[in-house]
Amino acid sequence: MTKWNYKGIKAKDLPKGAVIPEGGTAADYETGGWRTKHPVLDKEKCINCLFCYAFCPDSSVIVENGKVVGFDLKHCKGCGICAFECPKDAINMEDE
Amino acid sequence: MARVEAITGNVAVAEAMRAVEPDVIGVYPITPQTIIVEAYAEYVAQGEVGTEFVAAESEHSAMSICVGAAAAGARTMTCTSSQGLALMWEELYIAAGLRLPIVMFDVNRSLSAPINIHCDHSDTMGARDSGWIQIFSENAQEAYDNFIQAVRIAEHPDVMLPVMVMMDGFVISHSIQRVELLDEDKVKKFVGEWKPDYPLLDADHPVTWGSFDGLGGFYFEYKKEQYDALQRAKDVSQEVAKEYAKLSGREYGLFEKYKMDDAEVAIVAAGSTAGTAKTVVDTYRQNGIKAGLIKIRLYRPFPAEEMVEALSGLKAAAVLDRSPGYDVLGGPIFQDIQSALYQSGTSVPLVNYIYGLGGRDVLVSHIEKAYEDILNVAKTGKVDKKVDYLGLKE
Repeated sequence: MTKWNYKGIKAKDLPKGAVIPEGGTAADYETGGWRTKHPVLDKEKCINCLFCYAFCPDSSVIVENGKVVGFDLKHCKGCGICAFECPKDAINMEDE
Repeated sequence: MARVEAITGNVAVAEAMRAVEPDVIGVYPITPQTIIVEAYAEYVAQGEVGTEFVAAESEHSAMSICVGAAAAGARTMTCTSSQGLALMWEELYIAAGLRLPIVMFDVNRSLSAPINIHCDHSDTMGARDSGWIQIFSENAQEAYDNFIQAVRIAEHPDVMLPVMVMMDGFVISHSIQRVELLDEDKVKKFVGEWKPDYPLLDADHPVTWGSFDGLGGFYFEYKKEQYDALQRAKDVSQEVAKEYAKLSGREYGLFEKYKMDDAEVAIVAAGSTAGTAKTVVDTYRQNGIKAGLIKIRLYRPFPAEEMVEALSGLKAAAVLDRSPGYDVLGGPIFQDIQSALYQSGTSVPLVNYIYGLGGRDVLVSHIEKAYEDILNVAKTGKVDKKVDYLGLKE
């Protein structure tokens, strides 16, 4: 299936009924701009339990080799769930 | 072989549904439509059809079920009346905006208050600008024929819009009439297999329905395309009608012209009243008076140009509305016709009658009153009362 190029789409080529005719397009919708606070990780305190990774509603906690390495700020909406769930208070929400 | 039966309008619609055998029916009972769903529930219970019959807890849910089922890729139907249609209001717009070819039967009934279960067209008229295609039927045969054709109109690739077919509550829905029913396999062949473009249940090709369009999106363009699609339904309805005529021997136009060729005065009416008006026309014709009748069939999209053409040259015409118009401009059909005439620069002295609200009997004498009035207008060229009533109690 060819990739649907919605970014450059012309009105005449819109699929009927405002259907988005392919999956996985949410990744292209950058919701980071909604944020007023962003998460900052204290690696000294972090025990890599990955609660933040499991709870993040936007899949914005980046994990490599079982360790939290940072946050995807293009999609993180700054909700603070990661900081709330962290058992070691290793995540702090700081103003933008 | 087609079979002829003596059945009510409601059973005729249930028969049309059974012949089409949709994948899903999402429905809630309401008088005077209930018999349709009761009959269909029986077909399901007896294993005569493979339809998924979903009994909802309200019409709001019934239409939501239809929206979901149609997006999933199912051929979907429902039916309702009056308050039921009113309760579907927000989903009607969603069904049209998502371009879902849902087919619904609306058995015309008045809207509360006061509570009244009998016929008028106010329920349908409340949905006339919801983006649905609307088709009026005069009798049980037309209800059956229109409902089958509605499937093809709705699912036509140039259209892809929901269709509402109407008949008069009780007057037609509960009256036994002669109805010619087609062979079910022929109906199935006529409607064909439904192949949706983006079925939600196709897991190999994931799609999103009903997403947020955003401030910088294409909402405006989608609405323009929806408008164009609705206009295309006019020609498509006629293509489908021609094909259906080959199958049934009954051909339907955008509207029916009864003794209009040399008519000098005419009435425009929708629903069962057209049947009464035809007998009145016949009487006038026997007396040498050139009366005619135009019966509304396709109401949305409104065939404005064709209507103007049919009316032009008349000395006077009366438009009968079986629903109240709460502004000074008259009932909805009258406003449509008056606008169409004005836009085309055609002038026909026009009178509007509001009649038959809440199931008030429509008598031959009422129709005669309208003809007498327009015959007088034809003579004098003067319209005394633009909007008037027929059959109002003193």
